Amino acid sequence: MMLVGSMVTLGRPRRYVSEDKRINMGKIEMAEGIKDKVAIIGMGCTEFGELWNKSAEDLMVDAFKECIEDAGVEKKDIQAAWLGVHFEEQSVGKGATSLALTLKLPFIPVTRVDNFCATGTEALRGACYAVASGAYNIALALGVEKLKDTGYGGLPGFRNLMGPKNTLIMPKFTAPGAFAMMATKYFAVYGLSPDEGKRMLSKVSVKSHHNGALNPKAHLRREVTEEQIMNAPIIAWPLGLFDCCGVSDGSAAAIVTRADMTKNFRADPVYIKSLQIALSSGEELMYTKWDGAHVETGYRAGALAYNEAGIKDPRKEVSMAEVHDCFSITEAVTMEDLQFSLRGRVKDDIEAGRFNLDGEQPIQPDGGLKCFGHPIGASGLRMMYEMYKQLQGKAQQPERQLKNPKIGLTHNMGGFPAMNVVSVAIVGL
Amino acid sequence: MNHNTIFLSVGFLGTFPAPGENAVANYDEDTLSMAVAADIDCLSGMERERVDGLYLATTSQPYLLRQNSAIVATALDLQPGIRTADFVGSTKAGTSALLSACDAVKGETSSSILVCASDCRLSKPGSSQEPLYGDGAAALLVGRDDVIATFEGSYSVSYDFPDRWRAAGEKFEHAWEDRFIRDEGYARMIPEVISGLLKKYNLNINDFAKMAYPCLYAREHSAIAKRLGIEAGRIQDTLLDKIGDTGSASPLMMLAAALEDAKPGDNILVVSFGNGGDALFFKVTEGIKRLADRRGVKKNLASKKELASYEKYLAFRNLAPMDLGMRAEESVRTPMSTLFRERKSILSLCGSKCKRCGTPQYPAQRVCVNPDCGAVDEMESYRFSDKNGIIFTYTGDNLAASIDPPAIYGFVDFEGGGRFWFDLTDCDLDSVKVGMPVQMTFRRRYVDDASGVYGYSWKATPIRV
Repeated sequence: MMLVGSMVTLGRPRRYVSEDKRINMGKIEMAEGIKDKVAIIGMGCTEFGELWNKSAEDLMVDAFKECIEDAGVEKKDIQAAWLGVHFEEQSVGKGATSLALTLKLPFIPVTRVDNFCATGTEALRGACYAVASGAYNIALALGVEKLKDTGYGGLPGFRNLMGPKNTLIMPKFTAPGAFAMMATKYFAVYGLSPDEGKRMLSKVSVKSHHNGALNPKAHLRREVTEEQIMNAPIIAWPLGLFDCCGVSDGSAAAIVTRADMTKNFRADPVYIKSLQIALSSGEELMYTKWDGAHVETGYRAGALAYNEAGIKDPRKEVSMAEVHDCFSITEAVTMEDLQFSLRGRVKDDIEAGRFNLDGEQPIQPDGGLKCFGHPIGASGLRMMYEMYKQLQGKAQQPERQLKNPKIGLTHNMGGFPAMNVVSVAIVGL
Repeated sequence: MNHNTIFLSVGFLGTFPAPGENAVANYDEDTLSMAVAADIDCLSGMERERVDGLYLATTSQPYLLRQNSAIVATALDLQPGIRTADFVGSTKAGTSALLSACDAVKGETSSSILVCASDCRLSKPGSSQEPLYGDGAAALLVGRDDVIATFEGSYSVSYDFPDRWRAAGEKFEHAWEDRFIRDEGYARMIPEVISGLLKKYNLNINDFAKMAYPCLYAREHSAIAKRLGIEAGRIQDTLLDKIGDTGSASPLMMLAAALEDAKPGDNILVVSFGNGGDALFFKVTEGIKRLADRRGVKKNLASKKELASYEKYLAFRNLAPMDLGMRAEESVRTPMSTLFRERKSILSLCGSKCKRCGTPQYPAQRVCVNPDCGAVDEMESYRFSDKNGIIFTYTGDNLAASIDPPAIYGFVDFEGGGRFWFDLTDCDLDSVKVGMPVQMTFRRRYVDDASGVYGYSWKATPIRV
């Protein structure tokens, strides 16, 4: 784009799309999209947890071994690879060489991607686009994060999240604090008292802990009660300990191929229906129209993904989802952003048990970030691993297996509610 | 902080309990932040654009090299075409700065000089200075038009009087025996400088409606009045038992307090003490009646908040090592070239306002944030520091490293437009509500020990009444 003089407009002026209006995709010339062009033929996922005896490199090898075995391919068949890692300074260092060196990939193209908490999904997106373009036939996406070498709880400092300039003007915030502000605002906008609001959120965590307790790969495998959650120490008002996801180490990987080549590998591949991301434009952070009680990018990325996947009624058509429950409030708001629940009404659905393992639309069937923790680069692929296994009817522990899921959705949100990236991936049989 | 709070904690060292309290800066306040606060109060109702000089007096300047007054001027978003100067090294620096400003305006080299004196002095825990010293700042605008008091004259004495001293590199000051300071210092030099002024201008002691002169020792303060024949009603309160001795700020603060109660025609005498002293003679004009309402001494004292924990005070002043967790130990290295390039954003709290759609935005943008506008490079500078706002949302964060947890921060929606997020200070979490009105305040945000840099920027605070 050329900027000439002072009267140039960037892009077409557009109306602010408020959260209750649907994006009219009809007026925008849509690309053909990724639907059914690429399939996942193999996945691997490590146990997640405080893995004091495993390095990031160990985790890469563990995820890769399971993945390649599941896909039934050999290392030499992989033509390109994408590595997702966010806090590289904590573990593998910069660039993509860590993946190539660790797996001894034979001089193939390897690319490292980072896009906050959507990093794992970005690795998958890179691999899928490469295959869809015809540049490669088989590609690997691997996400990894080793968070437990910092010496303290929570994520490493956000000091440079927005670069040194912003560090000089912004509060020394943490992730719980940044998301707690959305809970404060959600309660205020929808007239919930702190007690009512916290009670609603506690049910989100009860459900995820129930699911996580059943999952051998989860980090936190213990049921908790609403009362425990309500009475837990406050991390960032109004969020308490159990409103926050864990911090853990882990890795997950996927091998993708062109849809027309899947027969060479397996009978039950999982097809990519949509891969979309949306990033904040600055309106939420610096303009005054955002209501602070929803994530605009979540709604936008969801709408783009539904359009790409041809989904008209997400509440009915999406069988299950793994969404970015870094905090209980994030999951609650995401149910509304993804149009599973009406605006301001997620409480009704939570209370009706809609999102429970045995509900109409199970959310976090594997236990979510709540129980897996959030090794940033790995999370998106860990979520996809659960969708992949559920669609194939191969969830570990039979009591976790959902009945005939058709469409699975993963959702990552990176950054904080006022400035972030959201990815939405939709897969199906 | 009540003197008894100090006594209960360090009285075992042999200090004596004395009634009263002293002003203690919050953990994020220091000499420069208080100077900015006093300047903003002083400038209310005034045109900032007309200020062509800023003098800062202090004995507790954060920087020995990097002009402290220039930082204050930048925080105030004053024009670069001004004269700035630091007056340091003595508690009479406040009156030195004021005299220099009066001379410059009289000599017509400047037309409007903002003079502020600010001190936030560290005292050794358990020292006799600890309850005597207070943190504070005062500011006066010296100009030609619409003045509230005219500068009528001055008299100064200078001695190398070694009552207190602090060598380069030292954290705490040293003091000689109180009796020496009292007898050879206050008792001799205050009468000397006052008598000198009376003689110079052929005045009588009770020609002054208010006489503001310092003395750390209350009994001696009264004795000086008696010796000079000052009538009781003409003695200006030293504020020692309410604020404490604010060092270089003390005489200016007493002058500000005297002006709050003054009527046209009053003569006011202001005296400083420190290596001798200065006496300044002002005459109040009719202009005092037209002066816009401001916080001044009275309102600030009326909205004080008690610090009941001496341990917290030690932590705030970094007088005792506190464990803030490893999260607090992540190193920052302040990029100075960034700091300079972005000074309008960081120190002046200026953003931009779109000339096409009128949307204020912070930090300054080149591409308008209003999605319906989209203008590029059609911005003008827009100052947010003097705009109030409301809390859009907030949290109290117990995980974030803070010397005063929880770290309270939130989004502010500014009146007239614009939104950003800021730390909140001078408040308790329980008192913060969505929709609560706030104003902006300049604070020290961090200390970058490795670079020797004090990081300043703006925070939001509930509007003080």
